[in-house]
This record gives sequence, C-alpha cells and structure tokens, in this order.
Amino acid sequence: MDIVTHFLQAASLLLFPPLLPGVINKTKAWFAGRKGPPLLQPYFDIYKLLRKRMVISTTTTWIFQAAPIVTLVATALAGLLVPLGPFAAPIHFAGDMILFVYLFGLARFFTTAAALDTGSSFEGMGASREVTFACISEGALVMGLLVLVRLSHSISLTPMLLAPLTHSPQAPVLMMAAGLFVVLLAENARIPVDDPNTHLELTMIHEVMVLDYSGPLLGIINYASAVRLFVLSAVVLHLVAPFQTVIPLVDWAVFMAEMVAMAGVIGTLESVMARLQLRHVPTLLVAAGLLCGLGFVLMVR
Amino acid sequence: MPTAGDAIARKSGAETGFYMPMLLTLMAVVLIAGSGVPGLFARQGAAWGQITATALTVLGAGVGIAGGWLALSVAPAGRICLLPGIWPGMPLHLRLDALSAFFTVLIFLMAGAGAVYGQGYWNEAKHPRTGRKLRAIYGLLLASMVMVTLAYDVIAFLMAWEIMALTSFFLIATEDHKPECRQAAWIYVVATHVGTLALFAVFALLHGASGTFLLQPVPVRTSMTLQTAIFLLALLGFGLKAGIMPLHFWLPGAHANAPSHISALLSGVLLKIGIYGLLRILTLLPHPPALWGVLVLILGATNAVLGVALALGQHDIKRLLAYHSIENIGIILMGVGLAMIGQAVHQPVWVVLGIAGGLLHVWNHGLFKSLLFLAAGSAIRGAHTREIDAMGGLAHRMSFTAGLFMVGAVAICGLPPLNGFISELLIYIGLLAPATHSAGEGWAAVAMAAVALSVVGALAVACFVKVFGAAFLGHARTNKAANAHEAPLSMIAPMWVLAGLCAAIGMAPLLVVVPLGHAAAVWAGEGTVFARVLTVMPWGILTAVNSGLAVSLVLGTFAIRAARRAAAVPCRPTWACGYARPDHRMQYTATSFAQPLVRLLRWALRPITHGGSAHTIFLQPMTRSSHVPDFVTDTMLFRFWQSFKQKISPIRRVQHGSVQRYLLYMMLALFVLLATLIPFGDLWRGIMGR
Repeated sequence: MDIVTHFLQAASLLLFPPLLPGVINKTKAWFAGRKGPPLLQPYFDIYKLLRKRMVISTTTTWIFQAAPIVTLVATALAGLLVPLGPFAAPIHFAGDMILFVYLFGLARFFTTAAALDTGSSFEGMGASREVTFACISEGALVMGLLVLVRLSHSISLTPMLLAPLTHSPQAPVLMMAAGLFVVLLAENARIPVDDPNTHLELTMIHEVMVLDYSGPLLGIINYASAVRLFVLSAVVLHLVAPFQTVIPLVDWAVFMAEMVAMAGVIGTLESVMARLQLRHVPTLLVAAGLLCGLGFVLMVR
Repeated sequence: MPTAGDAIARKSGAETGFYMPMLLTLMAVVLIAGSGVPGLFARQGAAWGQITATALTVLGAGVGIAGGWLALSVAPAGRICLLPGIWPGMPLHLRLDALSAFFTVLIFLMAGAGAVYGQGYWNEAKHPRTGRKLRAIYGLLLASMVMVTLAYDVIAFLMAWEIMALTSFFLIATEDHKPECRQAAWIYVVATHVGTLALFAVFALLHGASGTFLLQPVPVRTSMTLQTAIFLLALLGFGLKAGIMPLHFWLPGAHANAPSHISALLSGVLLKIGIYGLLRILTLLPHPPALWGVLVLILGATNAVLGVALALGQHDIKRLLAYHSIENIGIILMGVGLAMIGQAVHQPVWVVLGIAGGLLHVWNHGLFKSLLFLAAGSAIRGAHTREIDAMGGLAHRMSFTAGLFMVGAVAICGLPPLNGFISELLIYIGLLAPATHSAGEGWAAVAMAAVALSVVGALAVACFVKVFGAAFLGHARTNKAANAHEAPLSMIAPMWVLAGLCAAIGMAPLLVVVPLGHAAAVWAGEGTVFARVLTVMPWGILTAVNSGLAVSLVLGTFAIRAARRAAAVPCRPTWACGYARPDHRMQYTATSFAQPLVRLLRWALRPITHGGSAHTIFLQPMTRSSHVPDFVTDTMLFRFWQSFKQKISPIRRVQHGSVQRYLLYMMLALFVLLATLIPFGDLWRGIMGR
C-alpha cells in the first residue's frame, strides 16, 4: 500500500504542476472578459520548448546550463518531502523541514549565479532583488514552521503538516498560513511581489533572471517553477483546509481539487491587486514574518 | 622515576605510558617543526629548500593524520605522556584524547595542503626574500598549534600558546614592506597578547581552585564566583583568538594582508585553537549554570548575523572571507552554547546535538574556508588584485579555480549535498529539540536562534553569489582579469583534496560519526554520548538523500552539456533584451549586487560614501565610492586609541628607540629578579643578631 501511495504522490508531483499556471491564466482571462488560453496550455508550451533549438550566450559557463537542472532536481526533491492529501511523504525523516528550506536555497544559489553568468545588467538586477527578498522570506518561512513544530512535537514535515487535522489551537495556524501565503507569492513571483506578465526591467524579479534562456532549458525552467508553485501550495493548503474522510483516496482527490482552487485564488488576487512598488516589498515580507511570529507567540503559553 | 604529576595522574584515572598515537603525533610535530630548517641553509632563490620543506611537511602531515585518526577511533581517553621540560623535576605533561585528536587531524591536514599550495603560490624563485623565513616559521606555527592541543599542564599550554602567537605574527607580517601589512600585524600581536594575559589569569585561578598545574577538573565544592571568573576570563582570552565579536578587530586586517595559504591556516585552524581552548576549559568546570550556555548561545547568534552582514559590504575578497569566518565561529558557538544549556538542565540529547554540531562544524569550516582562501589566492594571483570589482569572467580562463571556489561557496552556505548542511542540520535539530519536547519556558528563545540561523543562511547565499558571480562569472572588468592564467598543479591539487573531503563528508556523513562521537563523549565527560550520537540524527537516510541529490545533479549537468554539444547549439553574445553591443561595464558589480541588502541593513552597517553627489543638473565627471567600516576597529578602537595615546604621552618618553638603553632596562630587570633570590629574612635576622 505504501508503494502505491508513494507512486501516486510522485506521479502527481510530476504530472500535475503545469495545470496550476493554466488555471491562473484562465482565471485572469475570465476577470478580463477574455476566453484566455486553454487550461492545458502550459503543457503544450513546455512540449514545444523542449523541441526547439536553443542559443547559448558566449559569456556564460557551464553554470548557466546546469542551473535549470539544479532548480528542477532541488524542487522535485523538496516536493518528495511534502505530504499530499492524507498520505505520508515518500521521503520523511526527523529534520527534513530544514532540508526543505535549504533545497530552495540551493535552487536560488544556482539560479542567481546563472543570472550573473550572462554578464547583463538585467539579470544582475533580478538576481540582486531575488537574494534580498529571500533573506526576509526564508526567516518568515522558518518562523512559521516553528508553530507547526510546537504543535506536532516533531521536526519532520509529514507529522507537522498533518497535525492541523488533529490538534486544536487554530488561530496560530491560520496566522502562520497567512504569512506563508505571502511567502508563497514572493517565492513564485506572483503579484503583489512580482508581475509574471510584464517584461519591464523595473518590475521583474524572476522573469528577468531567465531572460537569456531558450529552448529546452527554458522549458525546464517553466516546469520547475510550476513544480515550485505546486509544492508551496501543498504546504499552505495543509494549514488552511485540513479535510478528512474515512477513505484516503477521496481525501487525496479533494486535496488536488483544493490545489486547483488555490490556483484560482492566486489568479483572482492577480486580477484585483496591483503590483507593489519594489521598495515596499521588504515591508510586506517583514509583515508576513511578523504574522508568523505572532502565531509563534500564541504558541508560547 | 615517578613524579608528583604521575601520582596525580594515576589518581585521576588516566594512565601514563607508551601510546602509539601520541608517538606518531610527536614524530609528526618534529618533522613539521624542522621542515623549514634545512631550507634556511640554502641560498636565496634555490629550489631545493622549498622542495625539502614541502616533502617533510607532507610526510609529517600524513604521519600526524594517521596518529590522530587512530586516537579518534581506538582509545578516546588517551594516555598521559611526560616530556622533559625546561626545569628538572617539572616535566611537561601531554595528553592526546579524542578531543585533542579531533583538532590535530585538522591541523595536520591543513599543514600538508598549505605546504603543497605554497610550492606554487609562494615559490622560492618568485619570492626569494621572504620564502625561507616563511617556511621555517610556518613549520613552527603548525608544531606549536599541535602542542597546544596536546598540552595537559599549564606550562606546556602557555609555552605552546606563546610560540603560536609569535609565529603567526611573523607570518602575517611576511610582506612587511607594505604599511597596511605592518599595521595588521601590530594589531594582531596586541590582541593576542591581551588574550594571553587573560589566559595567565585563568590558569592562576585554576591553580588556586584545584591546587595543581595539570589541566584537570576543579573540585566540585569550588565557589561559583571563582568558576564564573574563570569562565569569563577564558571567554575573553580564547575569544580574542577565536574572533568572537567584539574581540574580532584583528581578524579582517590579518586575513586580508597575509599570504593566501597563511590566511587559510589562520582562518581554518588558528581560530579553532581558540575554540579548542574554550572547550577544554569547559571540561574543567563541572556543573556549569544554564546562564553560561545562554550567554554563549547569544554570542554565537549575534556573531553569525553581524559577521555575515558585515561581509556583505566588503569588496576585498579576503576581508569578505574573514568576516565569514566570524559568522561560522558564531555558528560553532551556537552549538557549544546549546550543549552547555543541555548540561545544565540535564538533557543529554541537547548536549549531544549541540557539541556534535559544533565539533563537526569545526571540521567543516576548516575544510571549506581553507578551500575558499586557497581558491581566492589563485584568483588573486591570476587577476593581480584583491578587489572583487576588478576581477570578472575568471571562470573562462581559470575553470578549475572557479569550479573549486563554487564547491567551497555551496559548502559554506550550508546547502545540500555538501558538508556544511550536515553540521548546520545537527545544530538546527538541537535548537529545535527544546521546542519539540520541553514544557519549560526557554524553548521559545532557543527556537529564535534557529530563525536567526536561517536568516544567516540566506544572507550567506546572497554574499557568496555576489563574490562568485562578480569575480568568476560575466565579463572581465579589467585587462588583467581578461589575461588571467590558471594556477599550476601544485595549487590546484590541495584544493581538489579539500573539495573532495567536503563532498565526502556531505554525501557520506557516516564516515565521521565515530570520531565525532568519541570527541563529543570526551567533552561531555560521559560514555553514553557516543551511543547517542548514532541515534540522534538519521544518518542513514541523510546519506542516501544527499548522495542521491549529488549524483542526480552531476548526471543532469553532464546530460545537458552532452545534449548541447550533440545538437551543435549556436553561441551568440548575451541577448539581454536586444542590446546589440553589451559592454563589460554594463554588468552588475559586486557593490551594486549587494546594495539593496546593505541599504536594508544600513542601520547596522552604517556604510560611508565618498565622492560627488549626482543631484545637480549639469553633471561633471566625478568619482564615487562607498565602504562599510567595521564599527569596532574603525570607530570605537580608533577613537579610544587616539585619546589614550594623548593621555599616556608622558610615559612614552621611556620609548625612545635607543637599543643601548633598552639593553640597560633588560639588565636592570634581570638584577631585580635575581635580587628576589637573596634571603632577606635571614640577612635581617643575622644583622639583628638573632
């Protein structure tokens, strides 16, 4: 039975993520009164990019080519640490929450190094902003996870994320969920932190770091960012919508449906809000950290 | 012939007698101490002096590592060895237990690596004036560091400590024709001698408490005031050596101005001798109160955060790496502080996690910091500058150096799958252990330290992407960087060894569990620690996950590169939104990369800008520069020193610079000391006729 659930989780981690950007784009189109691209368009885009020829810059080194692979492997491994639905994660051990946080750090190291590799000021700008905001959002993430550590008396993500189902104090968990939702928006380059649609250097963070990628490398990067959105949404979903019936498979199906709903919420947020000025983004992230901190304070009794 | 020391040693349960690891270590010490001596007889510029020194050092390093590894795996308690001392009837006591062996292995490894590196970096042919002196003193420094870790009585410890201080002073002042080098050396020697004074006080108080000059635990009934005084003075003395803020003021200057393999030794090993001293004093003080552990934990957390924040503002590559050493010493102190808290509240799991994390980080930091300094030295040699903003694009010309620097950078940020992640994980699990189990109040404060550690990790990633990207990636910023040559094999080979060890400890942490367990057991003073080290962290799963990650990353990179070559992918200039002629001046510099973070942290860093302001309508050509001062060295100490110099100027008339009068002072001091031997009491009684 364990093998089947592990296989199901791995399969959903690999196949499901590109649906989320499709749902977000469809939601934004609906708000704008358009029909929008098909729901499965990201799949077609990735397939098209994998078949295209790519062009590599002469300034770059092997790091530029390695960075998309590092991002994908690190994000996928982080995904294997997160439980989906009621099932335990395929890899779990005491301390894997730290591995989870540091895998995103590994992906960030190589992405920003590859951005500096191109020797262009655009990519340098994006890399500089990315590492700045990551300092605050990583602190907020660990602060939020501390609430779950105290709640579940464990430092493994599987018991931690499955704890809100059975443990009672809900206020700290909800505050932490709000803080982590802001961290999710920041890490995945969503409004109000970053706008994935414009390509103006004044406004981009993640989009600008991948300006020089083309062909299969760009396809891998798009896929990896979809996986990242999937993984972080799974973490937040466990906090806001713990749902339990008797049949685990029904729980899992409901969880996947909730992921689609979460993508819809993100799309709605993108349609009704404007992007923040860049100098206000640290304030937003510190506010998210403080929310998580307040939830933490509530746990200290 | 049994001595008093023998009797005391037998009472304490340790044995004297022949001990193979000690013999190997002493042989290695002799080999390394004498390695530079044959070269002193060579003429300037002759190659055989350096080759002999390198060969003897590498041989000594091999023997020493074998001895240390044997001590770590076989017999953790060690045996006491007696050496003839300078005074008959007072032999020097030496002891190689697992805690000492943990540090000697690191010292010997760096000895070998540094000697081979020096073969290419400080070649006798290119540096005839300073080469022989450097190698002779290098050997003495390494030998004295090993003797500090072996010392079991106060005299041996202080003698070795003083030799270590003086030899490192001469090594920092190698290029003494440069004024900033001389100044850094002077600041260092003042700092280290203030530390030695504090150590004299510590050992005097220890003798008062325990009645012996051996480094043995004080009796349990010693007053807490005395123990606190010993602890605080030890923190001062060893803190000056380890670079604990605010006693770090000598670190950046010394590391920046010494030759790169000496900086690697200072940063990788010398700072750890300060940590060793602190750990040894802690083993001598039974039942520490929890407050000491909290103090050390707070010191560690502030060191880590401030160290990495100050590193962000640096543009000299070696100063930047020096501030990162301060950060990592802070991480080690966090582990030690947690272990001390665990000892006070009788939580053995916290003790094991804290001390194992701290000790493993000692090894890990020694490895990756030395790797970074050696790679930085290679980059400096290629680009002929220490400024990061004058390098750039070095990865095209020096691909091995760039790749090995990247391995060091990934390791120091604590990222999986390398070794920094393993030690930081141990410390994280330790800091979160109170949150999972304890019902008391302190768990929240300790968990805050975990949040601080995560912010430190993110700041370290920012800083090392800045250094790696600005120095090695992108376009070359100056002509010298554009014409850089790769370093010779003698410089690359030690870096490969260090990088290989980083990867090995990261991917197979099971290799170090046994030595770590023995060293931790010796520190904690109880045998159950060794068994606990195996259970306290999931070593097996971690090995599998890290190795799997590393293998998939390497395979994926090779697959992409092979696919690229097979598809004959065209190479063009960087697209970057269609600019037709990118220039090397358009790319982000290190300063601009770090600018948002420095601006966010300006309340702590207080950056200073010089030059014109760009707020006028008709701009003239102008120069603008900024730097982040070190608030301790540049503001507090400088102002304090200026006012102090004014106040003591009358006394300074004694320092006139005349050698003859200095010899007169020494003779007068000798007469006064000899006069204390005169039996004044008997003379007085003889005169008074009684």
